[in-house]
Amino acid sequence: MTADTLFSLAPLVILFPLLGFVFNLVAGRRISERGAGIVASAAVGLAFVISILQFVALGLDPAGATIHIAEWIVVGELEVDWALQIDTLSVTMLLMVTGVGGLIHIYAIGYMHDDVRFQGDPSRFPRFFVYFSLFMTAMLILVTGNSYLTMFVGWEGVGLSSYLLISFWYEKGEKGIGNALAGKKAFIVNRVGDLGFIIAMLITFWFFGTLTFEEVFSEAEAMGAAAVTAATAITLFLFVGAAGKSAQIPLFVWLPDAMAGPTPVSALIHAATMVTAGIYMLVRNAPLLELATVTPNIIAIVGAATALLAASIALARFDIKRVLAYSTISQLGFMIAAVGIGAYVAAIFHLVAHAFFKALLFLSAGSVIQGVEHGHHHEDSAEEDFNPNDMRVMGGLRTRMKVTFWVYLIGALALAGIPPLAGFFSKDEILADASHVNPAVYWVLVLAAFLTAFYMGRQVLMVFFGKPRSKAAEATKESPATMVAPLVALAVLAVGGGLINAPGLLPLTRFLQETLADIEEPEFIAAIAILTTLLALASIGLAWLLYGRRPIKSRAPDPLQARLGPVWIAIRHRWWVDEFYDWLIVRRYVSLARWLAEVADERFLHDWVHDRVIALSYFRATHWLASVLDLRFIDRGFDGLGALTRRGASGLAVLQTGYVRNYAAAVFIGLVLVVSYLLLS
Amino acid sequence: MIHILILSGVLFTLGALGVLIRRNAIVMFMSIELMLNAANLAFVGFARSMGALSGQVFVFFVIAVAAAEVAIGLALIVAVYRNRGSIDVDMVSDLKG
Repeated sequence: MTADTLFSLAPLVILFPLLGFVFNLVAGRRISERGAGIVASAAVGLAFVISILQFVALGLDPAGATIHIAEWIVVGELEVDWALQIDTLSVTMLLMVTGVGGLIHIYAIGYMHDDVRFQGDPSRFPRFFVYFSLFMTAMLILVTGNSYLTMFVGWEGVGLSSYLLISFWYEKGEKGIGNALAGKKAFIVNRVGDLGFIIAMLITFWFFGTLTFEEVFSEAEAMGAAAVTAATAITLFLFVGAAGKSAQIPLFVWLPDAMAGPTPVSALIHAATMVTAGIYMLVRNAPLLELATVTPNIIAIVGAATALLAASIALARFDIKRVLAYSTISQLGFMIAAVGIGAYVAAIFHLVAHAFFKALLFLSAGSVIQGVEHGHHHEDSAEEDFNPNDMRVMGGLRTRMKVTFWVYLIGALALAGIPPLAGFFSKDEILADASHVNPAVYWVLVLAAFLTAFYMGRQVLMVFFGKPRSKAAEATKESPATMVAPLVALAVLAVGGGLINAPGLLPLTRFLQETLADIEEPEFIAAIAILTTLLALASIGLAWLLYGRRPIKSRAPDPLQARLGPVWIAIRHRWWVDEFYDWLIVRRYVSLARWLAEVADERFLHDWVHDRVIALSYFRATHWLASVLDLRFIDRGFDGLGALTRRGASGLAVLQTGYVRNYAAAVFIGLVLVVSYLLLS
Repeated sequence: MIHILILSGVLFTLGALGVLIRRNAIVMFMSIELMLNAANLAFVGFARSMGALSGQVFVFFVIAVAAAEVAIGLALIVAVYRNRGSIDVDMVSDLKG
């Protein structure tokens, strides 16, 4: 089989999830729960097989291919085709998205089975997989698109499914509306980023006259210095888009709230795939970033700042998923910073490795949450405001959920950067590159890595060690096999994931070199590796001193509180970022909306313009027309006409004598007159 | 020629006066016939002096129309008589406005 034959199969990678989506949409309610889950999982599984075939094809022909499907938009100079770009970069993403996505789908069959029952609406089960398949379709469109516009279709599609899945239990959450608000927040914040993407697209078309990646990049290369300003502007606005999707400063506030969605959603969309779309998009635009002047520095600084800020906030979270959410933001900051310093391979490497271990962590967290929820229902305890996400009600789960504990530990150590797990290699590559390019970014990232190890140590110790801090935690049992099996598979990936770009061999670098020209092979700096490992170990040791040596009590304040003082208050309040946005934007917006509603609309438009100006003048005009014009003139006119007719008729009636001779005389006289007129004229 | 026209005019005038003055429906009817025949006479006279036959052809049409008129007119008069017991036209003035 030739490479081209295999490449021509590429559209199937989108088609299978699309078919799964349509099938579950139409028939999902009629087949069993398991059936709907299997259809969705099989769709992703087949997409994974196709992705592997693409990988094989790239082995035969590393240059890749563009698979043209259809002409899409032709307006004037704008020509956009619907085409797939299959190259080493997109196939790397394809393998990760479909592989990790497939495992999460299998896990979700088991997780949602219980979740719909805890939430009290089992009929909603198929809908979950409809949304999941929709998400996979959109994500694969995003990854394979060969132009900004096709990518944007996927970009918006994943945004939509993210919104739908965050507010999956839309009637639940705080005050019965919390989840819906979380979905709305994610959607609106992402719109801000999407506006940046759109502006970038407009500038691209305005400047280069095309929206296809290949054409834009070759044009930019040909123009050289002339394209620097445009490239800077385009990448700057693209970064705004990436900051929205990948939750960077200043648009990261939606991701923690997005944890309102069911846990497989957090794992698939808000850890492994969708949030990494921003990084993928920036790496795709590496040729423009190479040309641009200011943007890479801004990207590096924002990424590093996000990594540190989010890591610090994660220290003070008690919700097991929120710790992971801030951790995700922090790790995305690492990747963004890597893009900023030009370490594109390191960014993609960390992206893939992070997908492995963060999906693992989220899914294990889901397993923990559901175990505690089971325990809670089993105990039938009277605690009404029981929150199964709260780490303060957990503890001692190590012996109760053995498999979950071990895979969680693997994920946490991988995230903390302990060799030889995946996170160690990928994070180290970023740090090694940063140390060459930008020492400030390097040290900020090292500090963020230190905090990462600390909050993961804290989390593992709070959840799994010590004694159970609630009856629910005491009664917790291990999750079913459909949930545990994907965890084990992901754990294997989290352990061995580092090999995909192991120092010395660098398979990923070689692979991506086909797409991203002139990238340097990263060197393995032993000093940095030893430093970060020691820091991580020290950090975990510190966490053990605080949380492990003397397990905390359920209602006792966090040991950090006394030690950090004001800093604790700041990170407990998430540096008041949400409050600041609330004050700066939300309140202004609400008061503007209120002013528009109450003053501009109610008082001005309704009371004055409508009621006074229009309604009153209309009433007066019609009143005048009715009483003056109609009654006095038109009515009387017709009355007079009637009287005139009546009077004229009674006058003429005299002529009607009834005597034949009079009529005959009239005829004769008339005849005489007519004839004499004819004769005389 | 002129004599014929004078005779025709005199006959016509007599007929017209008869229609206007007399009250007996039968007599009015005969006066109408007189007028028709006066017109016939004029037609014939003109046809003779002009040497064209079309005038005489018209006369035949007029005679045919007059015959039809007589049939309807007499029927009307009989109907009026049966209704009212008189054929005085001044008695039939129901259409007075």
